[in-house]
Amino acid sequence: MRHIISILIENESGALSRVSGLFSARGYNIESLTVAPTQDPSLSRMTLVTSGSDEIIEQITKQLNKLIDIVKLIDISESSHIERELMMVKVRAVDGAREEIKRLTDIFRSKIVDVTPATYVIEVTGAKSKLDAFLQALEEETIIEVVRSGTTGILRGERGLTL
Amino acid sequence: MELSGAEIVVQCLKDEGVEYLFGYPGGAVLHIYDALFKQEDVKHILVRHEQGATHAADGYARSTGKPGVVLVTSGPGSTNAVTGIATAHMDSIPMVILTGQVPLPVIGSDAFQECDTVGITRPCVKHNFLVKDVRKLAETIKKAFYIATTGRPGPVVVDIPKDITDPKVKIPYEYPRSVTLRSYHPSVKGHRWQIKKAVELLLSAKRPMVYVGGGVILGNGSDELTELVSMLGFPITNTLMALGAFPATNRQFLGMLGMHGTYEANMAMHECDVLFAVGARFDDRVTGRIPEFCPYAKIIHVDVDPASISKTVRVDVPIVGEVAPVLADMIEILKANDQRPDSEALRAWWEKIARWQSVDCLRYDRSGTVIKPQYVIEQLYEITLGDAFVTSDVGQHQMWAAQFYKFDKPRRWINSGGLGTMGFGLPAAIGVKLGHPSATVACVTGEASIQMCIQELATALQYRTPIKIVNLNNGYMGMVRQWQEFSYESRYSHSYLETIPDFVKLAEAFGHVGMRIERSADVRGALEEALSLKDRTVFMDFLTDPTENVYPMIEAGKAHHEMRLAPGMTDARELA
Repeated sequence: MRHIISILIENESGALSRVSGLFSARGYNIESLTVAPTQDPSLSRMTLVTSGSDEIIEQITKQLNKLIDIVKLIDISESSHIERELMMVKVRAVDGAREEIKRLTDIFRSKIVDVTPATYVIEVTGAKSKLDAFLQALEEETIIEVVRSGTTGILRGERGLTL
Repeated sequence: MELSGAEIVVQCLKDEGVEYLFGYPGGAVLHIYDALFKQEDVKHILVRHEQGATHAADGYARSTGKPGVVLVTSGPGSTNAVTGIATAHMDSIPMVILTGQVPLPVIGSDAFQECDTVGITRPCVKHNFLVKDVRKLAETIKKAFYIATTGRPGPVVVDIPKDITDPKVKIPYEYPRSVTLRSYHPSVKGHRWQIKKAVELLLSAKRPMVYVGGGVILGNGSDELTELVSMLGFPITNTLMALGAFPATNRQFLGMLGMHGTYEANMAMHECDVLFAVGARFDDRVTGRIPEFCPYAKIIHVDVDPASISKTVRVDVPIVGEVAPVLADMIEILKANDQRPDSEALRAWWEKIARWQSVDCLRYDRSGTVIKPQYVIEQLYEITLGDAFVTSDVGQHQMWAAQFYKFDKPRRWINSGGLGTMGFGLPAAIGVKLGHPSATVACVTGEASIQMCIQELATALQYRTPIKIVNLNNGYMGMVRQWQEFSYESRYSHSYLETIPDFVKLAEAFGHVGMRIERSADVRGALEEALSLKDRTVFMDFLTDPTENVYPMIEAGKAHHEMRLAPGMTDARELA
């Protein structure tokens, strides 16, 4: 099962490596890991996507909680939540493909953010599955470059990950 | 009070009540050593290798319950300390390790004696710090002691760049009386409802078993454990780390469990219907093959570390909390309750256990003149009246000491159970002796292990810490040889030590007393003589039977009921 774990962590040098080191030392999977500052300069927010059996996910959250720098965490995939990832795709767009790709971009509610006579850069936002679907819809040989931000997420409703 | 960073380090240790600092000087910590020179409260123990400093501090911590404190320099000083830090981490020993670092402006430039200490030690500490501002120094040291000694204890490294300790920069000093961390709140009391459920489950048991780990010793829960288990009348086993947590001479004690545990302890584990695990972590050397671990049992697990619970074995009643208060709560609930364990079922269970005990699984051949290692430990036990502190290294001698020295008190058995660090025993014994100057301290070791930190014999002389070294010398890395005999058709690949030093001369060269004992009949006399030399370290080199193996043995990948007994021994299942 895929889990999205949101973490508030002390904004200290080395805090990120405590988390990534834990995952490599204990052989846990990381699908993606994002870190960015929060409105509280002493805290960073991390979103970690991992997968494993219930037992492994239980161990992952317990081991993360043991790290002294981790202030609070929550497995948002256990509740109703919103998941987003940003992707930019550079594609070869010539002749008839230009129109076709433009149509596809509209269908996925994405945007073309850079245009040259032979290429587009398309910005897509959504859950990981939507981004995967967009890539699948493109002709593979037209894709020049893909960059993805990794997943972030937030709980729906009043509950949240705050101090 | 205005102090320099170096003076702050020393003053913090004084304010923390640190008695001994185990260390080795070097460039990055010279300012701190200069501050140490100007005072007498914190006594510095100069080891001969930084690994020795960590093991000595560790032995001090394990035997006294107080945190062990280490000071080493940057680069090789801290990398040499890593083995000892990892040793303490695996066994959850409270330690604070102060490491020198190159000055802040040159960090990251591959400066002389620079290494990324925080990075290198990260996976083997409870936490670590790099001090970047002298104004944060005292608070960081306070946090280090707080984290090391609370919750599930462990080593904490404080990496201090040299410019932070600059004697010319003085700042106002005040040692914080307490610290809080918003991200660290170890549990103390267990959940009352869970504790009630556990007591009910214990009372419903027909074939109960108590399985105790090192957490009971670390959490000072021996008295509560002994009271509770005596009230219940249940059989009990201790792990290697827990020997002494429940008295070995109590008739409810079935001996150690696990890979080299007793037949009765392992069989009782296999057949029990309720397992009560306290401060234990279901380590692979204890559980054997997981799918067949306690196949009939409902499991209760008390541990201060939530991550220990259901890590390798799913448990039915988890209780997160310090062992002593949780056990005290259980006693209280039990006292207020009229219900008592099922005495009929318990009688039948004890009868079954008695049949397993009749195998006499630790029996060995006493007939010859060649020295049996087990006999040496038995004699050591008798002569010291079971009241010595015993440290050990790692291997066969460690298992024999664990099997044959009956520890009745906690903190008497000092060994590297988790990491299994050869070279631990001698420096650890120095730390134990400093913590308990009037006690008898023995180091049970082997000719391979002892050579890994042999240089600390000089430390033992310098600080007059008389230790009785019991070297079970069989000319092999015995445990390696045993595995090669069992699993590699006796291909003894590099497990034979062809050039063993003359330990008598070696001991004498270091200023100690050396003895070589070659016949079984001389064992007792030698031990008596060595113990009578109260103020001397004595190195007793016992030439023991090189073919002797440790039995019983659960070979890797087998379950508790699949033990290998000594040759010629009859399994109780065949008797029955």
